[in-house]
Amino acid sequence: MYQINQERDNLVISKLTNQFGDAILDHELLTDMLCLTVQKGSLQNIMLFLHNDHELQYNFLTSLCGAHYPETNRLGVIYHLHSFANNHRIRIKTSTELEKPYISTITSIWPAANWQERETYDFFGIIFDGHPNLKRILNVDEMTSFPLRKDFPLEDQTREDKDDSMFGR
Amino acid sequence: MVQKKFNTGYWAKDIVSTEEPKEYNTLNVGPTHPATHGVFQNVMLMDGEFIVSTEQTIGYIHRAFEKIAEHRPFYQITPLTDRLNYCSAPLNNMGWHMTVEKLLGIETPKRVDYLRIIVMELARIADHLICNTVIGVDSGALTGFTYLFQDREFIYEIYEEICGSRLTTNMGRIGGFERNFSPKAWEKIRHFLKSYPKNLKEFENLLMRNRIFMDRTINVGAFSAERALAYGFTGPNLRACGVDYDVRVMNPYSSYNEFEFDVPIGQSGDTYDRFMVRQEEMWQSLRIIEQAVAKLDQMDDKETYFAPDPRFVLPPKEKVYNNMEALIWHFKIVMGETDIPPGEVYHSIEAANGELGFYLVSDGGRTPSRLHFRRPCFIYYQAYPEMVIGNMLSDAVLTMSSMNVIAGELDA
Repeated sequence: MYQINQERDNLVISKLTNQFGDAILDHELLTDMLCLTVQKGSLQNIMLFLHNDHELQYNFLTSLCGAHYPETNRLGVIYHLHSFANNHRIRIKTSTELEKPYISTITSIWPAANWQERETYDFFGIIFDGHPNLKRILNVDEMTSFPLRKDFPLEDQTREDKDDSMFGR
Repeated sequence: MVQKKFNTGYWAKDIVSTEEPKEYNTLNVGPTHPATHGVFQNVMLMDGEFIVSTEQTIGYIHRAFEKIAEHRPFYQITPLTDRLNYCSAPLNNMGWHMTVEKLLGIETPKRVDYLRIIVMELARIADHLICNTVIGVDSGALTGFTYLFQDREFIYEIYEEICGSRLTTNMGRIGGFERNFSPKAWEKIRHFLKSYPKNLKEFENLLMRNRIFMDRTINVGAFSAERALAYGFTGPNLRACGVDYDVRVMNPYSSYNEFEFDVPIGQSGDTYDRFMVRQEEMWQSLRIIEQAVAKLDQMDDKETYFAPDPRFVLPPKEKVYNNMEALIWHFKIVMGETDIPPGEVYHSIEAANGELGFYLVSDGGRTPSRLHFRRPCFIYYQAYPEMVIGNMLSDAVLTMSSMNVIAGELDA
């Protein structure tokens, strides 16, 4: 159904652990894609390395999105990279505390990250350090909350007669 | 004899930067403007007819699909995907179904794959058809638009035969289709394969080598391959810049690897190239549909239209009425109480505008714990200022329509 390139996965893991050591916190194969969890401090360097390394050549940022983990009180950013030369995709994850939501930007490596980081800021309140124009993109500028966080209710906040838990939501 | 004097330098691109401007004007294009073909705004700083800078405002039809999806069972998310790129809704539906199938590990039968390919390629034709005819409209040629729309209408009739609805289709189910294609649907598909090439050829003759159209589109909104890759372009827009990236070839899904088709590419990434790439893709889509129909004709099996996975396929009605277990299953499926294993998948398909990706995280509940749509429009539209600065306003309109920015997909 789908293909797993074990050889390439191992190459990425060994190259990154050689170069960055402890900054690579975890790696695992999720369904069909290698997923690496990295420390947020070295994120920019890791991305630059993946982009520039002549063997890896992750030249394309497929997508960038945020996530909220209420059980650990953290916010995450998930990057999907694609190497056209090797036809290989990887997923990079990093996270930060909810109280200090700062992660460095990667707009200097991929301009495609510009709006996607703005979207992530808009919905999760993650502040991308060094972003050229970090402001809300889809919601109105006056909004104060970050709607994709799990504590933000889907239904109208002012109503008390609707209880989502009754419907298993 | 008095010679007519033409100041040819007037059209030179660097007129904006070299001459000291007397006065700049601010021009609002949008949020509702006939040239944007959707609800989004461009605030342009103009030096006469030339664009000095532009800033986009988007989000006018943001509907928080990612938030809603976190509160809906999986099959109820299909109607949300309809409303992303509403010009080719079945492509989004199929992409979403395949994502869930990847998470659940459902292997679809070959017949389902081929049926899906027929629908997906019809949707691609419908989408490219709108885009290309609208490029014609924006350059002043309304005729092609009015003529080809009868074929789009016919594609919608095929959808209607397959699933009952036309624009936002909610077509198919997780694992396949809700019903088999009717004889009427087959009749219509075969008729379309016969009638459409003639009309498409006519449309092509109208514009392809048309002097006025070529003057209006060649070298308008050109973009280099490196910039396009850096900006995350995918689909016809990237291929027009000369990069042959197509998800159907790079990561084949739904048995696309069994089909023979060419991936057309352009050279300079201008409006004309984008037009030509879409035009050629329609021919290739027809080729794919013909192959799929031929493959299905050769198959002995004419009845399979879903994967035999009980978690998402409703049991037959007579069993529901007579059998307790079947009734329970029916209830569980309809109420969205199907158990989904925890996991994370990313699946992407070649939608009409580029790589449409679904990043799905399940924590084992009845709803996704996170669902992110990789919307191609949203990612490539951010390059628009770079493409139009220094151009004239009328060229910027053409550039926008040739990029095929769909507001629903832009804002999710």
